[in-house]
Amino acid sequence: MARGLFAESGADLKLVGVRKQFPGYTAVEELDLTVPAGTFFALLGPSGCGKTTTLRLVAGLEEPTAGRILIGGTDVTDTKPYRRPVNTVFQSYALFPHMTVLENVAFGLRRRGIGDPVEKAHAALRLVELDHLADRKPAQLSGGQQQRVALARAVVNRPALLLLDEPLGALDLKLRRQMQLELKNIQSEVGLTFVHVTHDQEEAMTMADTVAVMNRGRIEQIGAPEEIYELPRTAFVANFLGQSNLFGGTVAESGSGAFGVDVAGRRILVPIDRAQRTTGAVTVGVRPEKLLLVTEEPAPMAGVNVLGPGRVTDVSFSGVSTQYLIDVPHVGTVIVFAQNLVFGPVVEPGAEVWVTWRVEHGFGLADAPAASALEQAHEALVSGVEG
Amino acid sequence: MSGQNQAGLVLGQEIGAEEQAPARRPGRVGIGVGKWLLPVYCTLALIFLLIPIVYTIVFSFNDSVRTNISWRGFTLDNWLGVCNEPGVCEAFGNSILIGVSATVIATVLGTMIAIALVRYRFKFRAATNLLLFLPMATPEVVMGAGLAAQFLTAGVPKGIGTIIVAHAMFCLSFVVVTVKARVASLDPALEDAGRDLYGSPSQVFWRITFPLLVPGILAAALLSFSLSFDDFIITYFNSGAVNTFPTFIYTAATRGIPAEANVIASAVFLLAIAVVLIGQLSANARRKRAAIR
Amino acid sequence: MALTAFAGSPAATGSSGVRRGGRIALLLLIPGIAYLLLFFLAPLISLVMTSLQSPSETVFGQYDFTFNWANYLQVVGQYSEQILRSFLYAVLATVFALLFSYPLAYFIGVTMRRWPLVQSLLLILVVAPLFISFLLRTLAWKQILSDEGFVVTTLKALSLLGPQDHITGTGIAVVFGLTYNFIPFMCLPLYTTLERLDLRVVEASRDLYATPFTTFRTVILPLSMPGIVSGTLLTFIPAAGDYVNASSQFLGGTSSTMIGNVIQSNFLVQLNYPAAAALSILLMATILVLVGFYVRRSGTEDLL
Repeated sequence: MARGLFAESGADLKLVGVRKQFPGYTAVEELDLTVPAGTFFALLGPSGCGKTTTLRLVAGLEEPTAGRILIGGTDVTDTKPYRRPVNTVFQSYALFPHMTVLENVAFGLRRRGIGDPVEKAHAALRLVELDHLADRKPAQLSGGQQQRVALARAVVNRPALLLLDEPLGALDLKLRRQMQLELKNIQSEVGLTFVHVTHDQEEAMTMADTVAVMNRGRIEQIGAPEEIYELPRTAFVANFLGQSNLFGGTVAESGSGAFGVDVAGRRILVPIDRAQRTTGAVTVGVRPEKLLLVTEEPAPMAGVNVLGPGRVTDVSFSGVSTQYLIDVPHVGTVIVFAQNLVFGPVVEPGAEVWVTWRVEHGFGLADAPAASALEQAHEALVSGVEG
Repeated sequence: MSGQNQAGLVLGQEIGAEEQAPARRPGRVGIGVGKWLLPVYCTLALIFLLIPIVYTIVFSFNDSVRTNISWRGFTLDNWLGVCNEPGVCEAFGNSILIGVSATVIATVLGTMIAIALVRYRFKFRAATNLLLFLPMATPEVVMGAGLAAQFLTAGVPKGIGTIIVAHAMFCLSFVVVTVKARVASLDPALEDAGRDLYGSPSQVFWRITFPLLVPGILAAALLSFSLSFDDFIITYFNSGAVNTFPTFIYTAATRGIPAEANVIASAVFLLAIAVVLIGQLSANARRKRAAIR
Repeated sequence: MALTAFAGSPAATGSSGVRRGGRIALLLLIPGIAYLLLFFLAPLISLVMTSLQSPSETVFGQYDFTFNWANYLQVVGQYSEQILRSFLYAVLATVFALLFSYPLAYFIGVTMRRWPLVQSLLLILVVAPLFISFLLRTLAWKQILSDEGFVVTTLKALSLLGPQDHITGTGIAVVFGLTYNFIPFMCLPLYTTLERLDLRVVEASRDLYATPFTTFRTVILPLSMPGIVSGTLLTFIPAAGDYVNASSQFLGGTSSTMIGNVIQSNFLVQLNYPAAAALSILLMATILVLVGFYVRRSGTEDLL
């Protein structure tokens, strides 16, 4: 089916109940996923979460234990990788070291017997601005150049689906930002469906139209980047994508638009439409940049939550903002990001402070509260650091 | 740097300029000779290693009569008429024939095993590894006697065939070890990329895997050939009336080695050194080219 | 598939390239394995069988399988001297080769690291002896160390050697020959390990107040253990079974015979196959036990 044909445009990808079991453990559990045609889709997760396995299942480099994989409506579950209209940009680039750049790019075209492979390969190299290095061997290129050759080698086949397996992982930060923009441009230029695997939440958010956050072989949440960031559904997502302050408690009152939770002797209100559970034990949270620090106990005000008093334990300056760690008795450590509007920190360690935030900034998670949620949050933090 | 011990000397060379900047050098002032001790020792050691080689080459030019023990004057006759001495060239030819045949058998079988060991999971893996390790841990005299005993029981007449069989057997494990290292260092993503880029399994093997394994396979073949060519112990048990170059020397040793044997050994030595040198120099040139981006 | 190697560690993502391909793996394995079974394992078994034979009562020079364990007792009793001597010589040769090779390998692998070309040229010099016939280089030593050779005459002139003393034909010459012949096998693995030695750990050790000697003893030496182990095995195993160096046409004499010579003469000269087979099996078993013990002690099982 893929032979001799260039995909006119990207195709959609559908995973139905896909599971992948390796001897000893399950890498992917019951995955249902639809990637619309022509979009830039990111699979985000810590290492070992099953995202690369998912990608390899789509490419056909692994066979699923259960479930179906459909590309453009056609079931490709039993199709060999070399007959799938899918190409991959590998994490290590996997450029053939014994072939020149041009031979690398023309490889797929030649295998499919497509006419003018050399001319088409040159065109693809022009797209990534490397045509002048066509006769070099991969070992003679820099990391960024190798990355672009790998991209050209995949894109030249005009696959219905382009899979990117952490292709920017080996590049330094600056080059990475530049390549992110280039990738995005190429994607809109060629109009293919991109599925991008990464553990870098910033990369996922800047590049993708849709992000799926994976953890332990499952998708925890899927949606537009800003949507997921604003309204994380699980503790893992809340802390893997950015940071969050999470509080456990029991629902004490339920009003029309919001419900109240008692946290350390204070009532915290959370909008009902921003919460996954509204009864019993719940975990609620708020992003650190949504918090305000005040040095005097604020007067109760409608629409504003207050926690405190607590003591500032650490102040660290990070350029655009300053991070304060506040130890609030019976709550634990609360993180606050404050924009550096004035020179120097607003308060010094040891100061007594209160934190406030607007009710509509809070969110309620689907996880069971306290121990497990904090544990998960910790796991997300740790894996974020390791990744 | 002066007065530093050996490790210090090494470190000074290894670390780059920016790392050298910290002035913290806890090294004590060593003895002045310490710096020279190792190079001098190594020069002497290498000279020692080369003594018998030089001796053999020099005596290939000896104007010897029957035995080649004492120096009687320089001549080129031995080199120009190597095959005048009965048996030398025949034995040499046998050694080449056996070496090539055994190498082909061992390299083909060994490469297949190496690929299977690295790329596939299968039962009896531990048993396979043990079976491959044992020939390397078995003294040659045991393998030689074992094979000879078996040929004896089976009534197989000893000759070139039995020598080839024996040589391919002990070369096989060395081929597996050499090629295995190469397969293991091969990024499996390359084969994945080949499959991803519409290469069928056989295309992926012949266009990607095999070309990338060639250096390892060549190294294994060279090793095999040199092991076979120089083998005496196993050969002697299984050669019957056939002479290889080593068995010829062994039998000749009692009555005196003809200078022609030195000629052949010297020629083989020089050829081997040339091959290795060219290989190293071209590898070095490649390294340099690759370093220039 | 890929993950068996990492089973239990969820951090592994599936691309170590190991495939489950029963049929292909079998096709690749069967020819080579069959070859080894037929020409390595079967001969070993047939050697075991031979070692249990006793002389036929009807036909002279024929042997019948009779479960004759007494062969082993007999060869041990008869050749205990040669057996012990073999292992003694092999151990001595291994130790000398190690002492000789370590500084050399260190110099090439570490000191010369900045000049890869020099490194490879020096390495060629180290392995050069392997390119000239094993027998000829041993014979060359025989000539050099012979009674008329300049080494002996010099030593005699210096009165370091008595007028009736020899070098060739003695145990010293055999150990010398074994040491010389297996030095390249000792040097190569040592070099490979030392060449990869991360010098930053040496720096760290020095930074942490270790003297050069302490650094060598506590950091460099333990890190070169894999090379030492494979080098000593590559020297010890062939040295213990060698019969060229100890043969009287080469460096040995009647008082320096090794087990290899006994096996060879029993098998090829006296045609006493059961004795030769019993000695072979004994030699191999002893080596395997020693090697197993040694490898376990040095904590490098994964080398095998």
